[in-house]
Amino acid sequence: MAKITYIDAGGQSTSVALADGWSLMQGATTNGIEGIVGECGGSCACATCHCYVDETRLADLPAPSEIELAMLENVAAERRAGSRLACQIKASPALDGLIVYLPECQE
Amino acid sequence: MSAPVAPLANDGQVLIIGAGQAGLAAAEALRSGGHAGPIFLLGQEATGPYHRPPLSKAWLAGAMEPEQLVMRSPEVLARKGITLATNRFVTRIDREALFVVLSDGQEMAYEGLVLATGATPRVPQLPGIRSTGVHVLRSRTDAEAIAASLRTCIENGQAVAVLGGGFIGLEVAATARKLGCAVTVYESAPRLLGRVLAPVLSDWFAELHRRHGTRLRLNADVTAIVADAAGRIEGIRFADGSVDQAALLVVGIGVRPNEQLALEAGLECGGGIVVDACSRTSDPRIVAAGDCTVRRFPDGRLQRLESIQNATEQAKSAAAALLGQERPFDAVPWFWSDQFDVKLQMAGQSFDETRHELIGDPMTHKFEIRHYHGERLISVDSINDPAGHMRARKELTGLPLR
Repeated sequence: MAKITYIDAGGQSTSVALADGWSLMQGATTNGIEGIVGECGGSCACATCHCYVDETRLADLPAPSEIELAMLENVAAERRAGSRLACQIKASPALDGLIVYLPECQE
Repeated sequence: MSAPVAPLANDGQVLIIGAGQAGLAAAEALRSGGHAGPIFLLGQEATGPYHRPPLSKAWLAGAMEPEQLVMRSPEVLARKGITLATNRFVTRIDREALFVVLSDGQEMAYEGLVLATGATPRVPQLPGIRSTGVHVLRSRTDAEAIAASLRTCIENGQAVAVLGGGFIGLEVAATARKLGCAVTVYESAPRLLGRVLAPVLSDWFAELHRRHGTRLRLNADVTAIVADAAGRIEGIRFADGSVDQAALLVVGIGVRPNEQLALEAGLECGGGIVVDACSRTSDPRIVAAGDCTVRRFPDGRLQRLESIQNATEQAKSAAAALLGQERPFDAVPWFWSDQFDVKLQMAGQSFDETRHELIGDPMTHKFEIRHYHGERLISVDSINDPAGHMRARKELTGLPLR
């Protein structure tokens, strides 16, 4: 279980208790958090779940795969140091308290 | 086929028939587009909208909890004012009096109607095809039955058969192999994915599956499903009289669009509910989106696209049309398939290609096929090259959609 706080581009903040193994994308979409689309359902195929992870916590996350890095090259919003695809990050106790910022656009 | 003004009042009731990818996307687009009236999402299945793509992949492999398939929690739908009604079968549309009839006789009025009825897997007319252990894959229920049957096959060391070398069939075959099953894919054509891929890619995928231990039987002339006395599948018979044993058969030979309801209501259909670029049907109060549709292009050509992107894009267009706006679906079509450790991504459409070229080396497992019509690039198939795929989508953007 991890408490994840999503903050959208307008500053709206929503916290979700995410079960282990659930992706940050699933946590956002099932809870109706706008700003994450996740069109492909988590297959790392659409790059519409782009998010900015709090950069001080990047070390707590598993490193992105080659495929995720490639998809990140073409996200709709600006790519930053904390850019990740939310579908590729699975909740675990190590992520507790993580803050995730959502970009202005996904498509 | 145009809606001159917004066909429904801002507080008018909208019914959405079908609670899949397209139905949910239409409901949400109506709300975000400012519609204030009631929105009913009428689904035939027992549960609300869920992600279908993982059903042949991660979910079937046991790598996902069932709850992770759920697209929106009930609370979210309630907050958005979208009323989900499950186990609802619409049997008739009365376009004059503006209501639909459900299977229990209930009538529901509409000002705007979205048809998102999806498609039904095709089943071949073969003796024994109704045997226990023969499955299609469309719904969660289908996937649960296949998953249970796969477990039995693993425990008993029984063979798994897949009929149809298309995307669904090959994804299921790959998952079953990963789980340790003996798998054979039977395809009536001389090559895999023949309707969608160039021969060089068909051959490459055939080699991929063979390398992972899947048996491929191309040009397979299946004549019957052999069942035991209890009606449970035992094997598959071929034209030459031979029989291959199998305890599970997954049929993946394509789908038929669910157009019956629209057809009976007198809407124009033709291998799907006919819509324009803005998802409008021949009735200004009725729009349609997703697998149930066939799109008419300005030159009169009809084209079906079965994909997640098509469902969501058409749904957004459909919602806009009901709100009196024109929002044509003009994005570059894209599609993907995951098989073993390979990600195939397709951008654009190659049906009228005049030539194609191979870029990169297939031996490296990262390459692409670029399709041209004359000198013009029309489509790119990427293998294990998501960055290349995303570049291709940009490269193809803005070209006239065909």
